[in-house]
Amino acid sequence: MSAQPESVAEISEGLRAVGYLPGQSTALVSYLATRLGKPVLVEGPAGVGKTELAKSLSRYLDRRLVRLQCYEGLDEAKALYEWNYRKQLLRIQSETEEAGWSEVQDDIFSDEFLLPRPLMTAIATEDPVVLLIDEIDKTDQEFEAMLLELLSDFQISIPELGVIEARTQPVVLLTSNNTRELTEALKRRCLYLWLDYPSLEHELQIVKLHTPELSDTVARKLVEIVQMVRDLDLKKPPSIAESIDWARALLLLGADDIDSDLFLETMSIIVKHRTDLDTVAERVGVQLGGLAGATRSASTG
Amino acid sequence: MPPAPQARAEPAPPGLPARLLELAEELRAEGVAVGTSELLDAFSALGEVSWAQRPEVKEALAATLAKSSEDRRIFDLVFERFFFRAPEAEALEHDISEQDAELDAGGAQIDLAQLRERIAQAIREGDDAALRDLARLAIAAFGRQGEGSGVIGVDVQRIRRALELRSGDARTREPQAVARGEALELPREALRRFEAHLRRELERDAIERAKRLPPSRPLNELDRALPSGPLQDLAAVHRVVAQLKRRLATQGHSARGRRKHQTVDVRRTMRASLQTGGVPVVLKWRPRRPRRPEIYVLCDVSTSVTSASVFFLSVLHALHDNFRKMRSFVFIERISEVTEIFERERSFKAVSEAIGRDAGVADVSGYTDYGRVWTEFIASVEDDLHPRATVIVLGDARTNGRDPRADVFAQVAEKAGRTFWLNPEPRLYWNYGDSVIAAYERHCRAFECWTTGQLEEFVKALTRTSPGD
Repeated sequence: MSAQPESVAEISEGLRAVGYLPGQSTALVSYLATRLGKPVLVEGPAGVGKTELAKSLSRYLDRRLVRLQCYEGLDEAKALYEWNYRKQLLRIQSETEEAGWSEVQDDIFSDEFLLPRPLMTAIATEDPVVLLIDEIDKTDQEFEAMLLELLSDFQISIPELGVIEARTQPVVLLTSNNTRELTEALKRRCLYLWLDYPSLEHELQIVKLHTPELSDTVARKLVEIVQMVRDLDLKKPPSIAESIDWARALLLLGADDIDSDLFLETMSIIVKHRTDLDTVAERVGVQLGGLAGATRSASTG
Repeated sequence: MPPAPQARAEPAPPGLPARLLELAEELRAEGVAVGTSELLDAFSALGEVSWAQRPEVKEALAATLAKSSEDRRIFDLVFERFFFRAPEAEALEHDISEQDAELDAGGAQIDLAQLRERIAQAIREGDDAALRDLARLAIAAFGRQGEGSGVIGVDVQRIRRALELRSGDARTREPQAVARGEALELPREALRRFEAHLRRELERDAIERAKRLPPSRPLNELDRALPSGPLQDLAAVHRVVAQLKRRLATQGHSARGRRKHQTVDVRRTMRASLQTGGVPVVLKWRPRRPRRPEIYVLCDVSTSVTSASVFFLSVLHALHDNFRKMRSFVFIERISEVTEIFERERSFKAVSEAIGRDAGVADVSGYTDYGRVWTEFIASVEDDLHPRATVIVLGDARTNGRDPRADVFAQVAEKAGRTFWLNPEPRLYWNYGDSVIAAYERHCRAFECWTTGQLEEFVKALTRTSPGD
């Protein structure tokens, strides 16, 4: 039997134990999701750990993660279920003359010929799962409408078979990068969680959790720089994942301080646009240079 | 979950459900769509969290009631206002005032430097209660100088300045600096917290003085309508234009259904059928070739649209990021192609500078001459315009009394597949004075557009257009 958290603090601890540092609202909403059995709509900029939250929840609750990556043009054949045409065809071909039409018809529209896709898998399994519907904003509105039945009642209607109801209640997370407004109907069925870039202290903890070997001063400086970079007007601000990558890179390089040279060499890890690179080099690089100069003169003087 | 009381008699019914309904009412008044199902969710969510924890209650309510980041922002404000006002109203009713003699007397003696140091200490120790008391002290000390303006926001800033509190890097914060009497630099977050305390205490004072609650202000003055910072806006424009691109590329497909438009690739279907003994079970489709939209954008940069021109240029900039086959023109009296500038320069600032410098918009009088613009436009692109092209005009259609030459515009619209006009003026002013948008509107679809929100409306409207071409 999978773990069932009893309090917000417990789920917060649990997520911490599997390597995810939840903010207060994150822990609370995850807790509500497990208790109330309502899907959670997670929105926020790219790279703040929306998908990671689902993965961590699945690790913590000890449930399998079923993931549906959304994209434009995704339809129910790829998301819900599909009839296994080939098998049906073989079945018909191998049928002897005597078998009646209705018998065959009943037969080929049964469980055996159904190919379950992620959504169906999620509700049909014996063990409860964590269902992640990733980047729901990439799909069309029609697809959202199709999800409604699943999200509110945890069931899927198949015209030929009838209604398939969930045997177990999955924890459902929907993520969205906010590239388009989702429909009210979908939002109404979900709990809402807005994940933003973490505060300095919080991010510092996250970085330390992932790279415990990195010295405190470097980690703090790194996070401060990342936060500074985020304040600039960039096409793509650095995400948490990128700060962690950067921390790992610095660890590999054996850096014991971040000066402007090292920053300019490694900043491509956190900044991924040519124009952004110029902006960041100009604004942050100079600042770092000044700081380094100041500390140097302070230490000598 | 206790059932909501049926009667909503004059003295508001006691108990939490009534309070929650009131909160929901306030949220609705601010434009957050709170439905009954959301309220039911809120009740069941509250059943799961601990009551004593204010943040938990707040988050639980937020998760169930506010369903977008915008809503969330409003929720935070309303929540603060609601639960701050509720106890205040109660206190007024029972005539309790919070006159702490020690605190107020203390305010008369304490000097600013001392106060500053104590604030720094409270922040370092993260002591919120002490911070609140210090905020009261600061207000008292400040009030003694008799500089209160009566406007809370102004007072907060004045007090902050009087105390020489500045936000700065945590790194540069040194106790010695404080001792030397230099301005105190605090981490930005801490400072914001202190300001919130100040604001709250000032509000409390005002209420105690007036013996009644101030009318609850609608939050509308918050930046809901106007494009605020051009920088932050640029990102929003880019996002909307990225949508625009998708809409233009897939225009019509969704309305007609995807499959119907496809043709079977016979060759590949036959090959695939070998697997199933020659029975073509799996149909292979010819890949859909999304049609590549060709866009012509004409952008007015005259003085009459100065306020909107930054917005227009950012739209242009974002369009260029997204579309390859695109030609852009700016015009005042005559027209000038700026496609190259946009292709050469990637950063928005450089582009707007370059356009200002060497776009060579023949600017004789500084007044827009639409008639001439159309004539020149059609002369320069006549051969390239075809029914798959989209023409977008950004301008206010104010001709300064010159001939609008709607007939030439009609030719442009006829040659192009679709023509849109984005007008930065409110619809109310259209066709008023020298605006001749009506003459052009006959040949194109005109939209009121000067915020990203309206740009989004435009994009939405695009999908609704029946695929007439």
